[in-house]
Amino acid sequence: MNQYAEDGTLVPGDYFMMGNFACVEAAIMAGCRFYAGYPITPSSEIFESASTRLPQVGGYAVEMEDEIASVAALIGASYAGAKVMTATSGPGFSLMMENIGLAYMMEAPLVIVNVQRAGPSTGIATLVGQGDMMQAKWGTHGDVETIVYCPNSVQEFFDLTIQAFNSAEKFRTPVFVMADQVVAMMWERLRIPGCGEIEVKQRDVLDPKVLSSQVPFDYSEDFLPMPIAGTGCRVNIDSLTHDSRGYPSIEHSVSETLTRHLVGKITGHAREIWKWEEFLLEDAEVAVVSYGCSSRSALRAVKIARSKGIKAGLLRLITPWPFPDEIIERVSSKVSTLVVAEINYGQLIHPIREHSRCPVVGANWAPGTLIDPSAILDALQVVVPS
Amino acid sequence: MRQDIRITGLGGQGAITAGHILGRAASIYDRKEAVMTEGYSPYITGGWSRADLIISDDPVDFPLVSSIDVLVAMYQEGLETNLSMVKANGIALSESRLSRTFATNHGEKRRVLSVPAASAAENLGRKMLTNVVMLGSLEAIAPVVNLGSLKKALVDRFPKAAELNLKAIDAGYELGLKAAEELKISIG
Repeated sequence: MNQYAEDGTLVPGDYFMMGNFACVEAAIMAGCRFYAGYPITPSSEIFESASTRLPQVGGYAVEMEDEIASVAALIGASYAGAKVMTATSGPGFSLMMENIGLAYMMEAPLVIVNVQRAGPSTGIATLVGQGDMMQAKWGTHGDVETIVYCPNSVQEFFDLTIQAFNSAEKFRTPVFVMADQVVAMMWERLRIPGCGEIEVKQRDVLDPKVLSSQVPFDYSEDFLPMPIAGTGCRVNIDSLTHDSRGYPSIEHSVSETLTRHLVGKITGHAREIWKWEEFLLEDAEVAVVSYGCSSRSALRAVKIARSKGIKAGLLRLITPWPFPDEIIERVSSKVSTLVVAEINYGQLIHPIREHSRCPVVGANWAPGTLIDPSAILDALQVVVPS
Repeated sequence: MRQDIRITGLGGQGAITAGHILGRAASIYDRKEAVMTEGYSPYITGGWSRADLIISDDPVDFPLVSSIDVLVAMYQEGLETNLSMVKANGIALSESRLSRTFATNHGEKRRVLSVPAASAAENLGRKMLTNVVMLGSLEAIAPVVNLGSLKKALVDRFPKAAELNLKAIDAGYELGLKAAEELKISIG
């Protein structure tokens, strides 16, 4: 049913496709040519499809012994010059954390897709959850800032996967696409745009000749060209706190410079990273804040609430990290209450409450199903008595 | 206009495939909004599977089926367990050999129809066409997509076996018309 061009890419047009498959096609269009992974439900179709599709475009998909090794392989392939991706779910995400930290420290661009399922631990493999939202930010140790995209449709899973690659390349950092079982396994119409319509960020690569006169990690700049192994560059990359040459150091000033750089290159550009969507917020008295598949429940709840005379609106966070504090501050200063709808027992509600100018209540639900609009509606009716 | 459809069968009967074809027909050829979600029982083989489809003129917000306009069941338990979710004026279509419930017309209420799709598929030489025969019958009883769109989507899915599959659709359509006539259900 899928039509492929001579170069192996999908022919532009409309397809009826599963989210997980759409993610792989997006990765290919963004230039991904290396995938290392360990299959796990409900993300397995991504690996399955990558195993077929990447060799068709001259790429590689490798099954690793576990998720720890998967991210290690991504870092290696990234420094060998490839655009790289893996996909997993909660249990695998936990295992990846050690090397995700390594990727932050080594400034290796990579894309990790987490198709969230019900947890904790191995939880329920086939059912939905949104319980990894704080882990995406705080899962690895040390001070890092992270970029996270949360799609709520098959089309957006496609679009944001491309965006994730572009951000990974620009910011030279691991980027997460935090999908969920509902979005990843649902089938919807997907419009594959023509190549000319897609913006693809190519990697800024360090010229080996420059290295004779220049250090590889010039922390006076936010975005640094990347030294690629095998091109003649000296590639000193280290998990230890390292100086501008890449050598380990215990100097306070070196640590200060490096960690400020890792955090600052994201926070300093947060406004250009943030993506969000507003629905009926202009005259809203109460706003639902949601993301991913839950936002579709929230949209239904807001429509029903409006039909009952409750002036409700919806703020959908597409990039929950870096945390969009200014957006929360602005929206919360115009409504009486924020209702945070998520499939967990309270995660993003915490930073939202930290930055909200009005009271914040949760509409929480985590039995392994998509949050029912009635649960959000109940919360709206409690905070806005008719 | 929004219709919530559930197609359910046992592993291998092609409930999910039928859903893909219907979803493609609706979203690509009818240019409607269509969302399909899948459900499986926790077995390796032989367990139930289901395709839930929402076909709508407007963008679909909440993507799950919670009450059913049209149920297609290819096994007894699938009919029994899902019938209570069918709306009062909804339609349930079952395979007559694989589910024992007889076709009954509950007046203005929920209507249950039955077609011998498995036998029709066997007559065409391939029992695995049962799901496609059921899609043909569905089109005759509750046309959720254009028949032409359904056929195009079917040919997309099985280009090498297009002719046989189109015959299965036609056979199913005839069975559906007959079942509707027996229950005096007006089509459309």
